[in-house]
Amino acid sequence: MYKYDQYDQRQVDTRVEEFRDQTRRRLSGELPEEKFRPLRLMNGLYLQLHAYMLRVAVPYGTLSGAQMHALADIAEKYDRGYGHFTTRQNIQYNWIKLEDAPEILADLAKVEMHAIQTSGNCIRNISSDHFAGAAADELIDPRPYAELMRQWSSFHPEFSYLPRKFKICVIASDTDRAAMRLHDIGIQIVRNDAGELGAAFYVGGGMGRTPMIAPCINDFVPLDRLITYAEACLRVYNRYGRRDNKYKARIKILVHELGAEEYTRQVEEEYAHMLEQGVEPPFAELERIKTYFADPPFESGLSSDVDRSDSDFALWVDRNTHQHKADGYVSAVISLKPVGGIPGDASVEQMHLMADLASEFSLDECRVMHTQNIVLPHVKIADLPALFARLDAAGLSTPNLDQIDDIIACPGLDYCSLANARSIPVAQKISERFAASGKGNELGQLKLKISGCINACGHHHAGHIGILGVDRKGTENYQLLLGGSEAEDTSLAKITGPGFDEDGIVAAVETVTDVYLAQRSDGERFLDTYRRIGMAPFKEALYD
Amino acid sequence: MKILTGNDLKTGEVIWWTGTDWSLHVNDAVDVGDRADEIAAREEAERRVNVPYAVDAETDDQGIRPSHIKERIRALGPTVRPDLTLKPADPTAGNWVI
Repeated sequence: MYKYDQYDQRQVDTRVEEFRDQTRRRLSGELPEEKFRPLRLMNGLYLQLHAYMLRVAVPYGTLSGAQMHALADIAEKYDRGYGHFTTRQNIQYNWIKLEDAPEILADLAKVEMHAIQTSGNCIRNISSDHFAGAAADELIDPRPYAELMRQWSSFHPEFSYLPRKFKICVIASDTDRAAMRLHDIGIQIVRNDAGELGAAFYVGGGMGRTPMIAPCINDFVPLDRLITYAEACLRVYNRYGRRDNKYKARIKILVHELGAEEYTRQVEEEYAHMLEQGVEPPFAELERIKTYFADPPFESGLSSDVDRSDSDFALWVDRNTHQHKADGYVSAVISLKPVGGIPGDASVEQMHLMADLASEFSLDECRVMHTQNIVLPHVKIADLPALFARLDAAGLSTPNLDQIDDIIACPGLDYCSLANARSIPVAQKISERFAASGKGNELGQLKLKISGCINACGHHHAGHIGILGVDRKGTENYQLLLGGSEAEDTSLAKITGPGFDEDGIVAAVETVTDVYLAQRSDGERFLDTYRRIGMAPFKEALYD
Repeated sequence: MKILTGNDLKTGEVIWWTGTDWSLHVNDAVDVGDRADEIAAREEAERRVNVPYAVDAETDDQGIRPSHIKERIRALGPTVRPDLTLKPADPTAGNWVI
């Protein structure tokens, strides 16, 4: 894992003291809210429905055991005993007091964490594959490049006041586990025919009120020009992105309106100019970063056999573990989606346990998934029974990775001031309904995602089944969408028709799964069947 | 009726204007009529509230009920965590919101 150097630490410590003074001035009346608001947002502090909310950055989703312990301590000391892991691999606290915020940031800084650039029109936390550095199918670990981009984008003066927020994702496998093409810039590290590594740039994707899949604008940028090319993409956006209309300010609108070809031409022109300027970070810095992401000391000669006589354990292994690049290891997913639970929430006790398990079983690492679960990336197969027993005792052994009850849900109207409808109760009712009937076990991979408003933090556009909460004359109403995917087969879901009330949408989900079960061919996922038979049979079952 | 709400500057807690002070309980709120802007400006200047604004509400047999569901959730707390609402002992308190 990356470790702060003196410059990283000084930057973060300095920001803590700046914010401490800004908060003091706000509380004393020297700063009115309209001046303080952008300052607190630069430090991840929002004002939500019930209190201040603090969003803490988890760079590319990677945490040490000590960092997870620190997150738990903050939940216990300053919040109400829990945290919420988000769809951008971050964590949010819902009950923060303004007067405590500077001290929380100081506590975070002690474990090399912060909340900088988790809000505002800047480059946000760089996201990545939650199995990075562990997956058997990746070319290389993408995190050194994500870290390089984190350092480049932190406090970047040119990109601190962009037309709108900006999200970058870096992956290094053909299998997309990070919704790469639904980012402002998605970067896939690839190998060309000559065997050289480079980066394919996908620019102009996103969800929100105008969902778009990013087109590939350059399929091979040399890795030693990664920052220069990213900066060229940003410069064109910063120059021509719309600032007159918040709803048309994201880069996806610029790329769409210019056309990918013209946008690319302008980027290439800027890139050619910038190559003469020498803006790429020194090669030595990347090499320094890479040393922190060297493979941990995997043991050799390990057995891959494990006693599967316990059917609950065997099911959990089948569903919640992922193939590792080292023989005898797997990555294990800790589900934060118990039946009837709140997706992504973890109590203080659960966070401490996950931190302990990371230390004991996963070489002191864990990861936050954008699907709001936690990964232990490096677990010996021989240790799985012991790990499962510990998780099971803590209610963390739900075997539902990518199943219908592994639901992404934004905080919705229960917490969020932007939301139009509640998301969490819908997720709870769906998971309870399918658990009670046992039908969930028949469905196989089925990704269900729920957003409480058009901003799409719950990724409803990318759900095999998506649900969007809307406000219809002051009451909650839910639109149903089908056919989305955030994976390498990225697609945007389509609305089925008129919306439903809360109970109606739960029943509607069951209806569309019944259509799938009746129509599927051997080996087809829900998404495959939908793509083969189209929307009509589902609409017929829902509305006729 | 129009009632005035905002968040406590220090704690962020949801608060309601009682006519003389701020309360955590919506049932303590008073009809501010057309004085919302005047009261909000004064109280914000005194740093007793953050981002105050007026909302529509009605009265029924349970007291004051904000017209919009968002304000009812603000008044009670998250419906999915009854233990964290203003009525932690009542697991059905969320029904008031809907």
